[in-house]
Amino acid sequence: MSTRTSLLVGLALLVLLALVPVDLSDIGVPYPGLRRYGTYILTLWLVTAIAAMGVNLIVGYAGQETLAQAAFVGIGAYLTAIVTKAGMPFGVAFAASGLLTFAIGIALGFPALRVQKHYLAFVTLAFSVLCWLVFRNEEWITGGVMGIRDIERPSFLGWPLRNHVRFYWFVLGIASIMTFVLWWIVRSPWGRAFTALRENPLRAESLGIDVRLYTLLAFALGCAYGGMAGSLYAPLVEFIDPSPFALGPSLLFMLMVVIGGSGTFLGPFVGAGIAVLLPEWLRAWETWYLLIYAVLVMVMMAFFPGGMVGLATRLLTRKARL
Amino acid sequence: MTDFLQLLISGLATGAIYALAAIGFTLLWQTSQTINFAQGEFVMVPAFLALIAMRWFGVPFVPSLLLAILGSMLLLGVAFRYVIVGPLIRRGVLPLVISTIALSILLKESVKDFYSAEAQTFPTLLPDTLITVAGVSVSLAQLGVLAVALVTIVLLQWFLAGTRTGRQMQATAQNPTVARILGVPVERMILYTFLINAALAAMASLLVSPIYLAKFSNGETLGLIAFVAAIVGGFNQVRGAIAGGLLIGVLDNLAAAYVSTAYRQAIPLILLVLVILFRPQGLLGRKEERAV
Repeated sequence: MSTRTSLLVGLALLVLLALVPVDLSDIGVPYPGLRRYGTYILTLWLVTAIAAMGVNLIVGYAGQETLAQAAFVGIGAYLTAIVTKAGMPFGVAFAASGLLTFAIGIALGFPALRVQKHYLAFVTLAFSVLCWLVFRNEEWITGGVMGIRDIERPSFLGWPLRNHVRFYWFVLGIASIMTFVLWWIVRSPWGRAFTALRENPLRAESLGIDVRLYTLLAFALGCAYGGMAGSLYAPLVEFIDPSPFALGPSLLFMLMVVIGGSGTFLGPFVGAGIAVLLPEWLRAWETWYLLIYAVLVMVMMAFFPGGMVGLATRLLTRKARL
Repeated sequence: MTDFLQLLISGLATGAIYALAAIGFTLLWQTSQTINFAQGEFVMVPAFLALIAMRWFGVPFVPSLLLAILGSMLLLGVAFRYVIVGPLIRRGVLPLVISTIALSILLKESVKDFYSAEAQTFPTLLPDTLITVAGVSVSLAQLGVLAVALVTIVLLQWFLAGTRTGRQMQATAQNPTVARILGVPVERMILYTFLINAALAAMASLLVSPIYLAKFSNGETLGLIAFVAAIVGGFNQVRGAIAGGLLIGVLDNLAAAYVSTAYRQAIPLILLVLVILFRPQGLLGRKEERAV
């Protein structure tokens, strides 16, 4: 797709997504919109997709493994909750979440990337558990297992976002800006370097690409996406406790990106959609949901390692060839 | 001082169990580049196999332990090798990593849904009687755990270094291509590695469950400790995994007594970060040349 068509398709998708929760029957379209819970799930999907985009940058473009994305979401969420409770504006909290998680990403990635390929996975694994311990034990600041409640939704340019549809639009706006930024990065020479790196690190290095610097920046940027997603998560749920930021959810972030299609641009959105919607659909099955999900992942890895997007592309191109 | 000695001995006992899990993890990595993120669950499952044999089928205690080891070798050794690792090994490391993460969820949820979400008591071979030597009292069960684990490790080391098959396995781990040229049946050696890993995990499981109870979520901590032990000791050395396991067992016990129970879990993780910062090849590891 050329730059112009992909931008146009993106814009059309954005308008469509903005209209999904709205009741359109007043203007003659028989569509009732979404109820409160539906809008909440849709917003949660966007927030999850932002964090998943970060994982995709790390896994799909820089070829590393991260097992701490939920911890970074947690850092952003706690920071935002604490900062806004102290009376500071949401914008400050959002920026601080992004900057802090970026800095932590650099600090973690720098030593880990000096060593073997998989050491980043182990360092992030350790970091993930450490963060969870801090969230749970430091009651004076995080509220421990009781968490922090009544986190206020912010207002945007004097426009209060208490209403769930308005908050959804706000998150949609931020998500689309962040998607655009990532799309631009991936297409820039910087992003091309990532792809070169993933395809053939040795050749990339011989072409003068500083592999370690690029990988480090990709990792830190991916972490920052997690932090900023967390900053939106706190006012969305209005309550945070340590459990969604534990090691298990971090692993699920990895799985959702690969299920969606790692290294593809749409992959994180598809993966986040499956991860957020599947438990809703399988609600009747309750505890079986994770079991089914795990089997699905294993089958996909064995037969379609390209994920959902890879599978769709393969089917579409085959059809085109016929 | 006697307190310290007591803690040291019980730390060595749990550390020896961690070492068993860490050795298996290292062996798998060496021979088949498989980073097994389900290693913790591999240590959790065999105890439940024994419980199923005892409670559902009424098998006596000792035979059900043997059944658990056998079942673990079939399920977590042979089936893991051919159903999960086999089809994925050529696709690179990432799909395999993802698949073992999914496997860890699958094993955990299966035990929770099909057996129980509650922690289960697990019988022990040796009674919990205390024996006191020079003011230091140690439980017989702890000494037993230490002895069984150490004997297993010594047997394994003898097998790897002293038998023809063991040396062929080491050759496979170091360089599969050259090993194949020299006539080593590489595929069979890889299968042996998976069997040994499953057996070691089962031993660890049967030794650790009487102490910490058998619970579906045990694998999270155990797996983490196995990774940390393997990396701290040196990823490419079996003796590294042994040293790492023992070190973490002791540190863990001392931390619980002298630091704080809330941050007890953090001690091995901080150790991991320090090792990666200052001695990335691990305490006993040798530097690896960069593979081109």
